[in-house]
Amino acid sequence: MDIRALLAGPTDVERAAVDDLLGPPESGWEGGHFTGLDGHVAYGGHAARERRNLLLPALHAVQDAAGSVSKGALGYISERLTVPPAEAYGVATFYALINTGSRSQTLIHVCDDIVCARNGADELKRSLEHELGPPGAIDPGRSWTPSPCLGQCDRAPAALIHSAGAGYRNLAPVEAAALTNLDFEELPTGLIHQGREELRLLHRIGHVDPESLDSYRSSGGYAGLAKTIDMGREGLIAALDQSGLKGRGGAAFPIGIKWRGVADAQDDVKFVIANGDESEPGTFKDRILMEGDPFAVIEAMTIAGFATGATRGFAYVRGEYPVAERRLVHAIDEARKAGLLGPDVAGAGFEFEIEVRRGAGAYICGEETALFASIEGERGEPRQKPPFPTEKGVFAKPTSVNNIETLVAVLAVLEMGAAEFAAVGTERSTGPKLFCISGDVTRPGLYEVPFGTSLRQLMTLAGGVRDGAGVGAVLVGGAAGSFVDAGNLDMELTFEGSAAAQTGLGSGAVIVFDDTTDFGPVLRRIAQFFRDESCGQCVPCRIGTVRQEESLARLTADRPLGGIAEERQRLEDLARVMTDASICGLGQTAASAVQSAFRLGLPGVAR
Amino acid sequence: MTITSESVSTVSARVDGTEIEIPEGATVLDACRQAGADIPTLCYGPTMTAANACRVCVVEIEGSRTLVPSCSRKLEDGMEITTGSDRARHSRRLVMELLGSASELDRAGERLDRWMTEAGAQPERFGAPGPESPREAPAPGHHHPADPKFAATVAEPAKVEDDLYVRDYGRCILCYRCVDACGVEHQNTFAIAVAGRGFDARISTEFDVILPDSACVYCGNCIAVCPTGALAGKIEWDMREAGTWDESSQEVTRTVCSYCGVGCNLDLHTQDGRIVSVTSPHDHDVTLGNLCIKGRFGWMYVSSGRGV
Repeated sequence: MDIRALLAGPTDVERAAVDDLLGPPESGWEGGHFTGLDGHVAYGGHAARERRNLLLPALHAVQDAAGSVSKGALGYISERLTVPPAEAYGVATFYALINTGSRSQTLIHVCDDIVCARNGADELKRSLEHELGPPGAIDPGRSWTPSPCLGQCDRAPAALIHSAGAGYRNLAPVEAAALTNLDFEELPTGLIHQGREELRLLHRIGHVDPESLDSYRSSGGYAGLAKTIDMGREGLIAALDQSGLKGRGGAAFPIGIKWRGVADAQDDVKFVIANGDESEPGTFKDRILMEGDPFAVIEAMTIAGFATGATRGFAYVRGEYPVAERRLVHAIDEARKAGLLGPDVAGAGFEFEIEVRRGAGAYICGEETALFASIEGERGEPRQKPPFPTEKGVFAKPTSVNNIETLVAVLAVLEMGAAEFAAVGTERSTGPKLFCISGDVTRPGLYEVPFGTSLRQLMTLAGGVRDGAGVGAVLVGGAAGSFVDAGNLDMELTFEGSAAAQTGLGSGAVIVFDDTTDFGPVLRRIAQFFRDESCGQCVPCRIGTVRQEESLARLTADRPLGGIAEERQRLEDLARVMTDASICGLGQTAASAVQSAFRLGLPGVAR
Repeated sequence: MTITSESVSTVSARVDGTEIEIPEGATVLDACRQAGADIPTLCYGPTMTAANACRVCVVEIEGSRTLVPSCSRKLEDGMEITTGSDRARHSRRLVMELLGSASELDRAGERLDRWMTEAGAQPERFGAPGPESPREAPAPGHHHPADPKFAATVAEPAKVEDDLYVRDYGRCILCYRCVDACGVEHQNTFAIAVAGRGFDARISTEFDVILPDSACVYCGNCIAVCPTGALAGKIEWDMREAGTWDESSQEVTRTVCSYCGVGCNLDLHTQDGRIVSVTSPHDHDVTLGNLCIKGRFGWMYVSSGRGV
């Protein structure tokens, strides 16, 4: 491919950032200095295409070092990777954490999503606006921008601070003063809470040093891998079938079937992906697992590699989770040094390697096919299924994508034994389950309970509604979920029980709203979220999410177009087309919470 | 090896109750059309891999939770397809309403007019169209709060950067056809791509540089596949703006391009004795509707008035 690069060149800082990642350029054709040897060399073909997947890491490298991606930097990356500049620009402008305009040395992302909005985010935004001007105002030192959920809902309000050359830091709960002097301690991993039973998923968190392999091993770590190797591939998959373990990312697909699908696929190259792109508003369980128990994620991925025959894994970590990313990278290094990753894992004669990939601010990339596109260096646009990932996943190879909690639950199956695991919960929803409780409760945090616990019991564990207020409604499953009203709190938290209550467990987010809540602004924020996070590929979602937000804006401003009934009909029509005809789960669930609020007649939306 | 008719395997499916048999590899759309169903399509181009973006061709397939885009779903043996269910018709109508509420569709041709009328699509039900806005600016993941007075649109001033063609993106429905034609499907030039996200997604060069500064080679193969008139030759666009473009009075004369030895077919579109545009037939085995800058634009000397 003949790349026509932008005329501007990179700055020294930008060039060094890219070269640090990719190594020095091999020739003048790839952005280096031309020499006589370069004269008649043809580049391209497979070698060039195989580097495309380094596009997002290269954009990150420049963004991290310089604070934004300039024309010169984009041109240089394009030359280095043989990616057309227009496509590289298309990828860069897809992600909220990549800036292609000028920006301040420090950019503060302030969460104003539904949970933080109930915990002082509005006051925080007002004080930042007063101090720094409107969002995006260019002060050479600091500026701020509102952000969707940052996954810190257990200690809202939250901020993510990025300083060029100094990386990302999380801050929660935010004190306005800390954003002025930017002097604060890095967060501990977060609050976890025990349910009624012994912890099976969270037992190491807070007790095991997340940066020490020895510490992990001395608490039973890597016993699961040893057991797996003894059991063999068939034995392991049979045990997973017996355990009844279903995916915890929202789709509840049986893991045994998924892994067998990849294992049986006829291909020399297969992949395993740990989906740590947790971005559902109100969800923070995977962050806590990755931060607090990173070796468990690595061990479970290795087991997945053994089970499926995949020799390579990607851990795709949400860009807003810098601690999780750092700990996973560290854990991989340690595991590799100990021979637990590499050409001969644990001396058992199989090969497995893991690479961490960082997301860049795109909810959609948690959708598995969008995640493939993101890893491949394309825009994070979902793909049509079929073909399913077990047949054609990342790089068009058979791929198993598993949520972080699901992977950790595999270790629980091995530790407890399949029969004992299956005995926890209900017949169709087995094992322990994590729920992220936030909003108007006394003790927001991460809770591990057996499947089948009722919503009321879970809320009781969290100390009930704070300040002695009553329940207005509970949003189960995050922005993509549905509201449950005070009359339905005895709903059983299982896949089947939630379906019966016209909701779904989704990511395990449980957001509680007290009985003083005006749901108008809540729904508008949810609608805004989907509009912002739609990838823009298919019409029902790209335009439907806009029309939904506009309709809610008119309703809440008391200016319905053609009357309230007509406005409601319009919203229902939009809900139907988004649910029925969108390519992926984002559009298919973008009207779910809004429609459930109308169904329940929640205050502020239905008159 | 001799290929006989027996060696082509076929699949059977039912479309609205009618049994269909069709060679393997066909799409659901092929089956629907063979059964006589008039399924609307916008992003689908017969010479290209389906982009599967507009979702106007959705149909119902038994056993599928959601509707299925007929253009990009491979037909499987035994599929039960319903094209005219309430559910499928609702989604097709809404897709056309949504597109019409956001983009100017008055140059999208008679086909879309007919489909919209048949479906009873009313794009104006979403409110008065909002004003033009700068489409390059927004940061991904952020937008100005919705204005209750308007339905947001993609309206923006047309990009007139040279004498050959105009990019009038207020008419764009983001069907990806121009991007695919510029890229791997046809030209392999990669001058344009989709940039931005969500409703702010748009067709753009790198950093929105003007076309002459981009990798564009002015083949115009993007114009050839644009279904809405968002991309047009400058002469055609000027005439349409002035209200003098009159397709009914135009003649089309097929000839062969004289520039090189490939021998591409050219269709000369003439109005009042002057060439107003040049295309190549989409069903031509060699060109698939594509030309190069010479074939598509290298005829203006004919009417320059300065003689040979």
